[in-house]
Amino acid sequence: RPRLSPPVRRPDARTPGLGLRPAVLSYVAGIAWFLALVFPPLTQRTYMSENAMGSTMVEEQFAGGDRARAFARDFAAHRKKSGALPVAWLERTMRSVGLEVYTQSFSRKLPFPDETHERYMVSGTNVYGILRAPRAASTESLVLTVPCGSDSTNSQAVGLLLALAAHFRGQIYWAKDIIFLVTEHDLLGTEAWLEAYHDVNVTGMQSSPLQGRAGAIQAALALELSSDVVTSLDVAVEGLNGQLPNLDLLNLFQTFCQKGGLLCTLQGKLQPQDWTSLDGPLQGLQTLLLMVLRQASGRPHGSHGLFLRYRVEALTLRGINSFRQYKYDLVAVGKALEGMFRKLNHLLERLHQSFFLYLLPALSRFVSIGLYMPAAGFLLLVLGLKISSLHEAEVGVEEPGGAPGPSVPLPPSQGVGLASLVAPLLISQAMGLALYVLPVLGQHVATQHFPVAEAEAVVLTLLAIYAAGLALPHNTHRPLSCRVVSTQAPDRGWMALKLVALIYLALQLGCIVLTNFSLGFLLATTMVPAAALAKPHGPRTLYAALLVLTSPAATLLGSLLLWRELQEAPLSLAEGWQLFLAALAQGVLEHHTYGALLFPLLSLGLYPCWLLFWNVLFWK
Amino acid sequence: MAAAMPLALLVLLLLGRRGWCLAEPPRDSLREELVITPLPSGDVAATFQFRTRWDSELQREGDTDHYFLRYAVLPREVVCTENLTPWKKLLPCSSKAGLSVLLKADRLFHTSYHSQAVHIRPVCRNARCTSISWELRQTLSVVFDAFITGQGKKDWSLFRMFSRTLTEPCPLASESRVYVDITNYNQDNETLEVNPPPTTTYQDVILGTRKIYAIYDLLDTAMINNSRNLNIQLKWKRPPENEAPPVPFLHAQRYVSGYGLQKGELSTLLYNTHPYRAFPVLLLDTVPWYLRLYVHTLTITSKGKENKPSYIHYQPAQDRLQPHLLEMLIQLPANSVTKVSIQFERALLKWTEYTPDPNHGFYVSPSVLSALVPSVVAAKPVDWEESPLFNSLFPVSDGSNYFVRLYTEPLLVNLPTPDFSMPYNVICLTCTVVAVCYGSFYNLLTRTFHIEEPRTGGLAKRLANLIRRARGVPPL
Repeated sequence: RPRLSPPVRRPDARTPGLGLRPAVLSYVAGIAWFLALVFPPLTQRTYMSENAMGSTMVEEQFAGGDRARAFARDFAAHRKKSGALPVAWLERTMRSVGLEVYTQSFSRKLPFPDETHERYMVSGTNVYGILRAPRAASTESLVLTVPCGSDSTNSQAVGLLLALAAHFRGQIYWAKDIIFLVTEHDLLGTEAWLEAYHDVNVTGMQSSPLQGRAGAIQAALALELSSDVVTSLDVAVEGLNGQLPNLDLLNLFQTFCQKGGLLCTLQGKLQPQDWTSLDGPLQGLQTLLLMVLRQASGRPHGSHGLFLRYRVEALTLRGINSFRQYKYDLVAVGKALEGMFRKLNHLLERLHQSFFLYLLPALSRFVSIGLYMPAAGFLLLVLGLKISSLHEAEVGVEEPGGAPGPSVPLPPSQGVGLASLVAPLLISQAMGLALYVLPVLGQHVATQHFPVAEAEAVVLTLLAIYAAGLALPHNTHRPLSCRVVSTQAPDRGWMALKLVALIYLALQLGCIVLTNFSLGFLLATTMVPAAALAKPHGPRTLYAALLVLTSPAATLLGSLLLWRELQEAPLSLAEGWQLFLAALAQGVLEHHTYGALLFPLLSLGLYPCWLLFWNVLFWK
Repeated sequence: MAAAMPLALLVLLLLGRRGWCLAEPPRDSLREELVITPLPSGDVAATFQFRTRWDSELQREGDTDHYFLRYAVLPREVVCTENLTPWKKLLPCSSKAGLSVLLKADRLFHTSYHSQAVHIRPVCRNARCTSISWELRQTLSVVFDAFITGQGKKDWSLFRMFSRTLTEPCPLASESRVYVDITNYNQDNETLEVNPPPTTTYQDVILGTRKIYAIYDLLDTAMINNSRNLNIQLKWKRPPENEAPPVPFLHAQRYVSGYGLQKGELSTLLYNTHPYRAFPVLLLDTVPWYLRLYVHTLTITSKGKENKPSYIHYQPAQDRLQPHLLEMLIQLPANSVTKVSIQFERALLKWTEYTPDPNHGFYVSPSVLSALVPSVVAAKPVDWEESPLFNSLFPVSDGSNYFVRLYTEPLLVNLPTPDFSMPYNVICLTCTVVAVCYGSFYNLLTRTFHIEEPRTGGLAKRLANLIRRARGVPPL
């Protein structure tokens, strides 16, 4: 009997061309979408959403420039004399301007010596003064904080803080208490104070309990100033683990920049004026990339970053003194701060009206979450396509119905295929765990047997374990997998492993993108193509090179180089390597001291996942 | 008091209507006083007290039944002139004469502390309490801030504080006095000078320390007549140093610890700074129901050791009906900090239960601390009617300690709040529309229609049908 219809031919999913084309398209679309974010339809002008801060006008009256300079001089002199934060002088001065003064001492033994800041056993004292608002019962407060490091920078900021405190104290309109906080050992002091204020212990800091409190903190501003005059004010928004403050706080800063005629920058870049031609967006792209890199690093970029964990909206303002002609004195900066505090004082509710998730191509432009998410979505779609095509291929192997496939009856060994995955999965996870635990745990053993310092030992152990991971897995899966799988379907073993690895990667990236878009996007851009391509056939060396180049550590190195390139201070490869080693140590330290999540995320999540792809590549 | 009622009835019967009419109409008696306390920081505290008593036919009905006692608290009240104006109208002389001329809103609200109160209570007129008077006591305390109002200067005068001076007493007042605290802060010499020099002084033990007050009596005609007005001035002979103010024996602090919107902890720190004496404190906490307290996490520690309260009364909350009530008697060891902490979970409210400003947070009322604090100086028992009004603010049970009631600060707690913005409204609206549409469609689709047989009619119809059948015509 003749066939009435031609047999339905299913496209063979294992043919590379068909599965690849939509994936490539999707990847390109993702990257293109991200690049398009800086163009006006996608980037919008920022606007103030909070009514309490928008329409009301305030008149800044701060005129304590001389006073601020005098305070700064005294502070610097006392600091030089004592070699540490002049606690007694600060207490006395704060009390003399009419604040309620308290101190808090803290100490912390770092997991290993911090070589960039030259500290190990840290102990210090924070000093803070509270201005009690006459209009309220200490239920809400604002914070102005100045982090002081070990060197004698930031004394002008302390001077300005004291002068502002004196000025604020004479006003009667305050409805929220204002806390003036000077912390020692910059961020460590801030972390200690915040933990004590909220009476929690997140990082194992030892500190004395706080004597004075002022209710729920609504907003905080951190100030860093090292000269009597500034040419511009730079604002930092990225906080711990990529958290961002409410966009309204940034809008507020921008409002007062415009009002006071101050030159304000974001990521050290001036904002482009002309968005219609190509120049503006290109400049915006640089700023955007810098922001993505900074946010992806998950570091607190300034002491404001630590406030965000406690749901306190915060910004860091940095005074920059460069070679520009026109300079502003402390009065201009003080007026901007006064205006911001007065408007924050008007707040009826916590800042919540505007965006919490955004990207900034310029100070007055933003990209909202709804517009940047598709970029990551397209990248993740590549993984989705790969997963579905692999799954189809597996099903095709198992059930040869329909298409003229190999009609070899399969032995009943369905479960064995999965059992062969257990070993590589376990081994790679164990490598990740070793990477997370061993460097800090084994630093003393390393220093005893090798002529290195503790910090070096940690970094070198980190690299050694990382490299050892590359050698380990493809030697170990052989005895298990070859015996079982290779007889009937040679491809099934690695395909199953790759399927699992792809699902694992997609899940992780999906979660990361939702919490920290920049990190997720950066990892997706680098890891997705290599992950999609990895297979034990074809140009293996090429794939291996690609995979190594896109491994998490290489991504970190590449990001550092790109970062300095964008800052117009390009690095040579050797300098980059030094910076890379320092960044590794900082990453581990920040995890232990502030609770940054990048290190555990990479070592426990993405590195084992990446090892699985390495495993796929060297499957035999 | 149960015996007093029949007795009062008896008196009423004996006197009859005429007896009441003949009796002298009760005259309101007003005592007013102002206490000015210069603080070593340069700030000045001023406390007004006005007490009016009148006899009334309104009788007290028996003893207070504790079952009917209620405790309510409003954790937040923004003070402004709207609080002051009706309050002033309760005064017999309003703000026309006497001490109340000083009550100028624009000065009183430029202070760093403001507290205003109305107390009303029945007072026994005789020892057996056969008849009662009602007492209305109005108090107003303000603290003038040397930094804000004094522009840094520490000398004060009535005019600078209130922008008014005293000219005449209230004609209705039976007593009208100004007390100025002139206690020597330093032992060796006088630090404070008051002008005009006081004619009389008054000594007493207030809050466990000995105090000396200069008295200016407005009813004393010489006081006003000399200069037509009285403008009391304070001068610091030796300007006080900027030092931390002396710490009271009992003080407390309260805060919310933890972060995030799921859990939290209410912590109260109770400080006993007395060098060698321990004393008990009664701590009363009311916590709104939407903070679900975990009572098993209640911990009380002093000096690193667990402190077991000698009495605990806990009444659990009922959702939307009543708050948690926690009352404890805690012994505070000498020179210690006692931490009382209890964990809670933040409840999700129904969307109509959120306040108009949900992101502001929800207020939790202050805890109330009542204690008998040991005093430094033994006080002698006093006759309440003779002593100044402010004395009864700090009643002394015996000579060795005095009673203090402290209120901690109210707390602001954030609850998990939905985003009440336009998208939220749109979602609500769409959901409603979809629900209505879906409901009616579903109704239409699932309903089975069937024609109902008309019920066989009444008697007349049956009869008609009978006839029709007989005629051979189809029935109706």
